[in-house]
Amino acid sequence: MPEKTMRDAINEALHQAMEQDESVFVIGEDVAGCNGSAGDVGSVGGVFGVTTGIYNRWPDRCVDTPISESAIVGAAAGAALVGMRPVAEIMFADFIGVCMDQIVNQMAKFRYMFGGKSRCPAVIRFSAGGGFSAAGQHSQAMYQVMTSFPGLKVVVPSNAYDAKGLLLSAIQDDDPVLFFEPKVLYQETAEVPDEMYTIPFGQANFVREGDDVTVVAFGQMVPKAAAAIDALAAEGISCDLIDPRTTSPLDEAAILESIGATGRLVVVDEAPPRCGLTADIAGLAADKAFSSLKGPIKQVCAPHSPTPFSPELEAAYLPDADKITAAIKATLA
Amino acid sequence: MSIPKEKLLHAYRSMKTIREFEERVHAEIMNGQIPGFTHLYTGQEANAVAVCAHLDESDTIISTHRGHGHCIAKGADVSGMMKELFGSSEGLCKGKGGSMHVADIDKGILGANGIVAGGPPISVGSALAAKIRKNGKVAVSFSGDGSVNQGTCFEAMNMAVVLQVPAVFVIENNYYSEHTHIDYAVGCDDLKARTEAFGFPVFVADGADFFAVHEAAGKAIAHARAGNGPAGVFAEQGRYHGHFVGDPQAYRGEGELENLRENHDPLKVFRQHMAASGDLSEAELDAIDAEVMAEIEQSVVDAKAAARPTPEQVTADVYIQYGTTA
Repeated sequence: MPEKTMRDAINEALHQAMEQDESVFVIGEDVAGCNGSAGDVGSVGGVFGVTTGIYNRWPDRCVDTPISESAIVGAAAGAALVGMRPVAEIMFADFIGVCMDQIVNQMAKFRYMFGGKSRCPAVIRFSAGGGFSAAGQHSQAMYQVMTSFPGLKVVVPSNAYDAKGLLLSAIQDDDPVLFFEPKVLYQETAEVPDEMYTIPFGQANFVREGDDVTVVAFGQMVPKAAAAIDALAAEGISCDLIDPRTTSPLDEAAILESIGATGRLVVVDEAPPRCGLTADIAGLAADKAFSSLKGPIKQVCAPHSPTPFSPELEAAYLPDADKITAAIKATLA
Repeated sequence: MSIPKEKLLHAYRSMKTIREFEERVHAEIMNGQIPGFTHLYTGQEANAVAVCAHLDESDTIISTHRGHGHCIAKGADVSGMMKELFGSSEGLCKGKGGSMHVADIDKGILGANGIVAGGPPISVGSALAAKIRKNGKVAVSFSGDGSVNQGTCFEAMNMAVVLQVPAVFVIENNYYSEHTHIDYAVGCDDLKARTEAFGFPVFVADGADFFAVHEAAGKAIAHARAGNGPAGVFAEQGRYHGHFVGDPQAYRGEGELENLRENHDPLKVFRQHMAASGDLSEAELDAIDAEVMAEIEQSVVDAKAAARPTPEQVTADVYIQYGTTA
């Protein structure tokens, strides 16, 4: 099977969805690029290159916009309400700050407020997360915030294979989907089939299987947790590593089943701790698996702080394999 | 522009329906029969009806918190709306939306909207869909004088011009954004010029006069439908009630409301036009009045008798499908 980067896997999914369904279109800032300039229109393909080549094949369905995030999300929502399947790109998840109303008060709630008589099959893609020394306004995960809003589905792929299958599911889904791409993973490769395939929402992936500790990790924390777990095998410690892949819906059953077998839980996410996914999963375990637990749950996450700029500071800020290893060992102490 | 008799009858019936619907809703709120926050459209009926006279079912509108009139003008079921306002599970939105979220997608109504200027970006999306599909449809967003100072309105207007989509921005100036006058809240002296500076034509009309709004909206909608990009309509007309039902209206000048009702009433103005032209007789208009009164009365009787929602319906329709999908 061919090895592809996550960027190329997402790009391939977009091409295949555009090819298959004329109601799919992409919209966002520089998704084509160079409009109105001396450069060749379509030569940018998004600031991370994820939409490369789409304008060249489907110029009418690759819509460059001004820097107007509310209008981008609103346009996607409105087009979806009348039957299109837009895939909007918001360059950085941090920019949710300037289009929150269109996501949270508009697209998330149409179906409910309209008594179940509408559908809004829009996908909003975001680059997300830290690791680029991009500092406070270009490094946030944000998916943990958006998970709290009913009406939205929230996807966080951790590898190229999942990214393609999850994005194709998202585009086919009739509910609004937020798709968060951990930007440090764009260059990471995995085996990715050339043909179209989907990965169902709400179905966690068991990345590793073991007996001693359940580790739940999200997005870019999944490969870090896998590295920590692989190293611990030499010490005779084995862990389940669960990648939920979608935070809404959440595969609660998979997490609870694993805790039932191991009795120990470590939850890993790159976002700060308050009202985040690590607390959410810890709460789930305390509520529904308390009698299985043999000791305290450990949360590994960023501190209650904005993301710092300096590489040394960001390295100290983000969870890494050492912190995950320490947490796993702490649950066994 | 000569308007066929059938359309005149329909226009008057729509305006009268909005008027009686709103006045009855006001009375029922005062009786404690309708819960929540409600904003009435009384006085502005000509705007909604004259704009929607140029639309068919598959053109879309998006509305505002003051949305009952737009929804009725675009063809929403009046009885279903009344049930919705009463919170019945038989309401147009099953009692999930209420006054501020009345919608009927099948009629091209993308919803009333509780967020000021929440609608224009969504309407641009509907217009973009029309452009991609090349189907000749237009997307109308109604918003008020308060909306023009929201960033979303600016973003939507600029993007509509950049993308050259058939979006029509109908700005209804009722002079007050909540309790603050437009002369304070709009920083420039010429809102039409400010709006046209985005790069599309704006047609201005007296919102008390159905025929004036009809002409202005006709030009704007024809401009958009012909593929010339977006257009705007400014219609100026005060509202008879407060921002919300219960608003003490401390901002009104002496005699202001009386003058509005006496000299700027769209129903009276319409009847004056008919008396002058002879297109519709007084008897024909009176007959419509009687039918509308009966229809609204029946809608309230039905709403009071309609089924109430039950607790298990709380979580219905959050998603089309949640849990495992593929």
